[in-house]
Amino acid sequence: MNTEPENASPHDDSRRTFLKQSTLLTAMALVPGPVVSAAEAKLDERVAEAIEQVPLSLKVNGKKLKLSVEPRTTLLDLLREQLHLNGTKKGCDYGQCGACTVHVDGQRVNSCLSFAVMHDGKEITTIEGLADGDKLHPMQEAFVKHDGFQCGYCTPGQIMSAVACVREGHAGSEGEIREYMSGNICRCGAYSNIVAAIQDVKKGGQKV
Amino acid sequence: MNQFQYSRPTKQQAAIDAVAKDPNAAFIAGGTNLVDLMKRGVTSPQKLVDINRLPLGKIESQNNGLRIGALALNSAVAEDRQVREKQPLLALALNAGASPQLRNMATVGGNMLQRTRCAYFYDTTMPCNKRQPGTGCGALEGVNRMHAIFGFSDKCIAVHPSDMSVALVALDAVVQVSGPKGNRSIPFADFHRLPGDTPEKDTNLTPGELITAVDVPDGPFTKHVHYQKVRERASYAFALLSVAAALDIDGSNIIKAARLAMGGVAHKPWRLTTAEQMLVGKPATEETFRQAADVAMQGAKSFKYNAYKLKLGPNAIVQALKTAAAA
Ligand SMILES: Cc1cc2nc3c(=O)[nH]c(=O)nc-3n(C[C@H](O)[C@H](O)[C@H](O)COP(=O)(O)OP(=O)(O)OC[C@H]3O[C@@H](n4cnc5c(N)ncnc54)[C@H](O)[C@@H]3O)c2cc1C
Ligand code: SF4
Ligand code: FES
Ligand code: FES
Repeated sequence: MNTEPENASPHDDSRRTFLKQSTLLTAMALVPGPVVSAAEAKLDERVAEAIEQVPLSLKVNGKKLKLSVEPRTTLLDLLREQLHLNGTKKGCDYGQCGACTVHVDGQRVNSCLSFAVMHDGKEITTIEGLADGDKLHPMQEAFVKHDGFQCGYCTPGQIMSAVACVREGHAGSEGEIREYMSGNICRCGAYSNIVAAIQDVKKGGQKV
Repeated sequence: MNQFQYSRPTKQQAAIDAVAKDPNAAFIAGGTNLVDLMKRGVTSPQKLVDINRLPLGKIESQNNGLRIGALALNSAVAEDRQVREKQPLLALALNAGASPQLRNMATVGGNMLQRTRCAYFYDTTMPCNKRQPGTGCGALEGVNRMHAIFGFSDKCIAVHPSDMSVALVALDAVVQVSGPKGNRSIPFADFHRLPGDTPEKDTNLTPGELITAVDVPDGPFTKHVHYQKVRERASYAFALLSVAAALDIDGSNIIKAARLAMGGVAHKPWRLTTAEQMLVGKPATEETFRQAADVAMQGAKSFKYNAYKLKLGPNAIVQALKTAAAA
């Protein structure tokens, strides 16, 4: 088993990355190797008998990862607690606020309401994966330009949802944007600026 | 949350067997209802059988209708060209439910099978006959604003919260099921059940039965349709109540066929057949719609906090029929 990203990027040498990898390695060390490989071989056809960890392959923000998780770990907890991608926020933890929005194979979902194992083989994009190196994504730029946030807690979810909203073709009018952004609650009430940011990106016609 | 075993079969029979032979096993599809209930400790299956690798996601045209796979996502069905052309009422109802993110996870089978429930069902410190048979119903004498006005019993007064199911019952959909004893078809109106003395059962499915698809027969309801959802904020909230209306109107404004169903009023999606029959042959006018609404509401009874539904109901019916006629 290997928790190293297969294509390590230049940003990987930060202390945070080191820490999260070492935490993961520690966690992995607790799982006997044979148990994991037995599970790997049979999971698709059989119940993972009496094992507490199941193997999971994911591509997260472009990096292929081979992980081991408890089945009850939600995708949100995997991202935040195991992978230390803390940009994705936990608001309600029950599908009601949208703070945990990420893309799975390009579709926006609430990461708090699904188990990580259910996404085996899928590609996950979080707010950390949106920028192109140091260059902000057009939606991130538009949120800055239009003051699309106050406290910022809902913002990663808003931005992930906003990108999907434009890609889906649901940003045609203010009304449509409001309807299709209704899964993201903002307690600070930054809604009109969020709508303005999305309209700006949509009008600009950039690739999002 | 309790630990559980997880499997991800690729064969339908393996999935069915796994749940049929173990009363503590459950299927999981999008997870948006089941994970929620598991996190809150309302339900704690010991085995989860993930059905997402089964090939049940297609939306296909067949002889006399559409066959929508149980794993088709709510968003995919709502955006599907054939669904929008042939069954626009279904697309409207789906888009009125939950949020775009949740619709990207929720499946058709899971949506039908989301629990009939109320806030007391979620609160494990309160009595609830549905969560724990025999403990009593917390809502009966409690805050029952969201609760039923039709078909309830003194054991349970909760409502089924699905928007999609209100459209499907109106459109005479048929649920295709595969189980340990083979396949069967269940008319949508017989799929969910009233609480009676066994409120712990929401539907007539038997253990291990897997929904494979929902068939929606072609009909004349391609234009004059409307889904009226009344809720406390403009979007992303469960219905206080809702109305699915579909009309077929001829050149001289006479109603040739009508479908009418309500959500948020009963333990199951509530089809209003007597009102439908009354509409046929009448002119599509507000007066007709008001008469139909009066017929539809016959037999409704309220509790302490939901009497507003007795007024809101007929108004929503008239509004839905008017909007459908004008569409
Ligand atoms: C915050 C929030 C707001 C919501 N608002 C609305 C709303 O406004 N309107 C609305 O209609 N709904 C609403 N919902 C409910 C949502 O639509 C349902 O949770 C969803 O449709 C369930 O589908 P799923 O695939 O995620 O089901 P799951 O959670 O995976 O499963 C639900 C149940 O169905 C069973 N099951 C699933 N698929 C099958 C199958 N093929 N055969 C047999 N059994 C199966 C599972 O065992 C489980 O018991 C809301 C949910 C949340 C969390
Ligand atoms: S109405 Fe039904 S679900 Fe709600 S508390 Fe009573 S028994 Fe439980
Ligand atoms: S944290 Fe997932 S929707 Fe609120
Ligand atoms: S900016 Fe504070 S919650 Fe949205």
